[in-house]
Amino acid sequence: MEERKAIVEIKNVNKIFGENHVVHDLDLTIYKGEFLTMLGPSGCGKTTILRMIGGFEEPTGGQILVEGERVEDKEPFERNVNTVFQSYALFPHMNIWNNVAYGLKMKKVKKEEISRQVAEMLQLVRLNGFEKRYPSQLSGGQKQRVAIARALINRPKVLLLDEPLGALDLKLRKEMQLELKNLQKKLGITFVYVTHDQEEALTMSDRIAVMNQGYLDQLDTPERVYEKPATKFVADFIGESNIFEATISHMTGDTASIGLEVGNALCLLEKGVSYSLSEMVYACVRPEKVLFSAGEAEGFNIKGVVKEQIYVGNIIKSNIIIANGQMVILSRLDIDEVPKVGEAVNIYWNPDDVVLMKSRGYQIHHVIENASLGGD
Amino acid sequence: MKRSYRARNKTIPLLTTVSPVAIWLILLVAAPLLYVLFLSFLSTDGYNVVFLFTLDNYKNLFNPTYLEIYANSFLIAFFTTAICILVGYPFAYHMARAGKRKKTVMMVMLMVPFWTNSLIRLNGWKTLLGKTGFVNTFLQNLGIIREPVEILYTRGAVLLGMVYILIPYMILPLFASIDKLDHSFLEASNDLGANKVKTFLHVTLPLTFAGIFSGSIMIFIPSLGYFFVSDIMGGGKSQLIGNLIETQFKAGNNWPFGASLSMMLIFLILIMVTVYKKSGGDMEDLGVM
Amino acid sequence: MRSRQKKIGRILSSIYSYLVYLFLYLPIFIIILFSFNTSERNIVFEGFTFEWYLKLFDNGVLLNAYGNTLFVGFISTVIATVIGTLASYGMSKYKFKGKGIIDILLYIPVVIPEIVLGISLLAIFNLSNIPMGLTSLIIAHATFSIPFVVFTVNARLAGFDRSVEEAAMDLGAGRIKTFFTVTLPIILPGVISGAFLAFTLSVDDIIISFFTTGPGSNTFPLKVMELTKTGVAPDVYALTTIVFIVTVAVTFITQRDKKKPIKG
Repeated sequence: MEERKAIVEIKNVNKIFGENHVVHDLDLTIYKGEFLTMLGPSGCGKTTILRMIGGFEEPTGGQILVEGERVEDKEPFERNVNTVFQSYALFPHMNIWNNVAYGLKMKKVKKEEISRQVAEMLQLVRLNGFEKRYPSQLSGGQKQRVAIARALINRPKVLLLDEPLGALDLKLRKEMQLELKNLQKKLGITFVYVTHDQEEALTMSDRIAVMNQGYLDQLDTPERVYEKPATKFVADFIGESNIFEATISHMTGDTASIGLEVGNALCLLEKGVSYSLSEMVYACVRPEKVLFSAGEAEGFNIKGVVKEQIYVGNIIKSNIIIANGQMVILSRLDIDEVPKVGEAVNIYWNPDDVVLMKSRGYQIHHVIENASLGGD
Repeated sequence: MKRSYRARNKTIPLLTTVSPVAIWLILLVAAPLLYVLFLSFLSTDGYNVVFLFTLDNYKNLFNPTYLEIYANSFLIAFFTTAICILVGYPFAYHMARAGKRKKTVMMVMLMVPFWTNSLIRLNGWKTLLGKTGFVNTFLQNLGIIREPVEILYTRGAVLLGMVYILIPYMILPLFASIDKLDHSFLEASNDLGANKVKTFLHVTLPLTFAGIFSGSIMIFIPSLGYFFVSDIMGGGKSQLIGNLIETQFKAGNNWPFGASLSMMLIFLILIMVTVYKKSGGDMEDLGVM
Repeated sequence: MRSRQKKIGRILSSIYSYLVYLFLYLPIFIIILFSFNTSERNIVFEGFTFEWYLKLFDNGVLLNAYGNTLFVGFISTVIATVIGTLASYGMSKYKFKGKGIIDILLYIPVVIPEIVLGISLLAIFNLSNIPMGLTSLIIAHATFSIPFVVFTVNARLAGFDRSVEEAAMDLGAGRIKTFFTVTLPIILPGVISGAFLAFTLSVDDIIISFFTTGPGSNTFPLKVMELTKTGVAPDVYALTTIVFIVTVAVTFITQRDKKKPIKG
């Protein structure tokens, strides 16, 4: 396995705008050549982090290093990173050629060299022939490509992309996702990508950093983020999840029996995490992992009634209502066996299909935060 | 210490962009006005300002001769404003309802007369309205009047001159507010059974009130000071506050009294602008032509 | 029925607007007409002549006054445009103490009567021994023009996407380069119309010039004011006619150019 070299290191960074604490004690290392996505709902601090790396915002505290060199004090034009802006930010008064050439002109590169490189870049984003056009004469997808070409021509160490596909329609988005991913592989440049679209994050990224109210909740590969969400928030935000509040009632080996509000269930304890009896936890089960039977399975007694069924393509989703009124979603392919509407069923699962999360997790931050601000 | 570097880098652009205007405005707007305030409390020996504190200039404001001039001036300002609203509103309404190209043409045609000096244009009116002018000759030829009538050098002529010079300042804000008006409001009102007149009174007029108000301020205030209009059209017979101030600073050579008159005008304007802002007016609307 | 009513309404309102234009243009037509009048007194039109247009070029005082007007207009416009554009840019970009005060000071020249600004400038020039003449005129004109430039550029900056500036800096341009290669070209239409407004106000100004001029430096409006007392000669009308035709032509050309597709 090749050595992973850090290219951007964010060390204990905080950002406060007036009364708003937008980024909390963030530690994050971005490796050379990777495609890292910052994922989270709006207002989670992801764009602020990107802007701090780009040099448009200054951290309130902490350090940011690019290739081992501290950059917090450097202006955007002194950093070897480039940004693709959400609104594209193309220069409306310049044609495409001049837009793309701008960075090289600023570096005072020779004219012939600029011409050669601009041609090469436009070729790369398949926009050759558009040199004389103005941004207002391009479609959304074309503007997007110009923005990328303009940022890449400076050969940045890191390319920062702030929701670059946000303004495009669904079909174009899908195409551009693939195109961006291929471009990144081809060039081997580190991409830091900000989005609130979990599907986009899952398909494109090498790693995903899930942000929640200024905290980094999880930093992992797409598979791990989906399969083993670290917090309730991550489980909720990425994909569909059934999340149960529970307390640990027995532990035998690596299996625990947990008490839900409505019955008991079994689950596997996470490795390397210590649990105590009667500790509050969240048990998270993906809809496709939920099993059902007429009788009780061993170690489980959760009863419910199938309330309705929804067809989504070739998947059938059954909404099962359990005793405390919580809705449990069970999804199956339409060729699989599904319970009937109105039928009473027992719900269970394979203990290793459950992700057990400490209910502290992200909430504990807020307790500390509120305490340190003198309560709300 | 780490933040000081970039903080400094923001100070330099801030200073280069904002300090010229700040210095200019302090030296040439704030300081002069404060100096005039100071002057208004000084005395005069008939030729020069004497550094002797007095309130006489303010007492002098209530001299009956001057009260008559204020009354005349306010009357003209009031009627100028009223006529500008009445004449300007239908015009602005028509302009706002025109197509995009026609709007531009109408707007440009409204601005073109501005580029001919207003004094010259007033002289044009003088030629029209004089005893042997077009209007008198025309009326005589029609047999409506036998002898030429005095049109020029009356209060009416001053009023005409004021309206003529100032009406674009009413039409522009009116046009802006009517143009902004969402047509669906009017349709909704019509739909709800209001007829045209009721729609106008209950929907259009209240919604364009801001335009009427800012236009009125832009007309009422200058018309108190446009002494040259009264000089040309009124032949100096119809005195305005502006003429009074002009006299104090030029022929009369009583700067302290002129200063107190100016302060009175400023006080008046302060009240008007405060009311305007309180009723939700935007200051920037007053400065955009 | 209804459509006929509508049509009549439209015709009536069209007629009305033509009447308003007639009101606005009537004196200008009179001036143009009397610039061709054989009589020196502008009372009755007696006959047609081009004489005044030739005589105009012998009237050094008048031409000198017009030259002063253009000179004062040009210099004060340059000053007001530079200061006003910088101010609008800085004030919209940065937050700082005292911004509110600058805002209020900007509104003052707009809302107070010109005569009050005129006499206060006269008073301060007098106090500070600034020579009364072209210099004092230029300073005075720049003073009342600055706010108008600021407001016009503000309007343009309101629709300006700041991320374009960030993009320029991101691509290696410093603050000054960013301003000149990106910001200024984008806000240029606002700057030009601000400058245009400043020039118009300066050239037409009577009241403030009246108080801030000195002996020997008459502007065209002041010269006209002086002549009004004794009678305006037709050569003044001839000059006005020439200026009017030039401005109309310039307006026509710029308006026609505007119709072409605008880049960006």
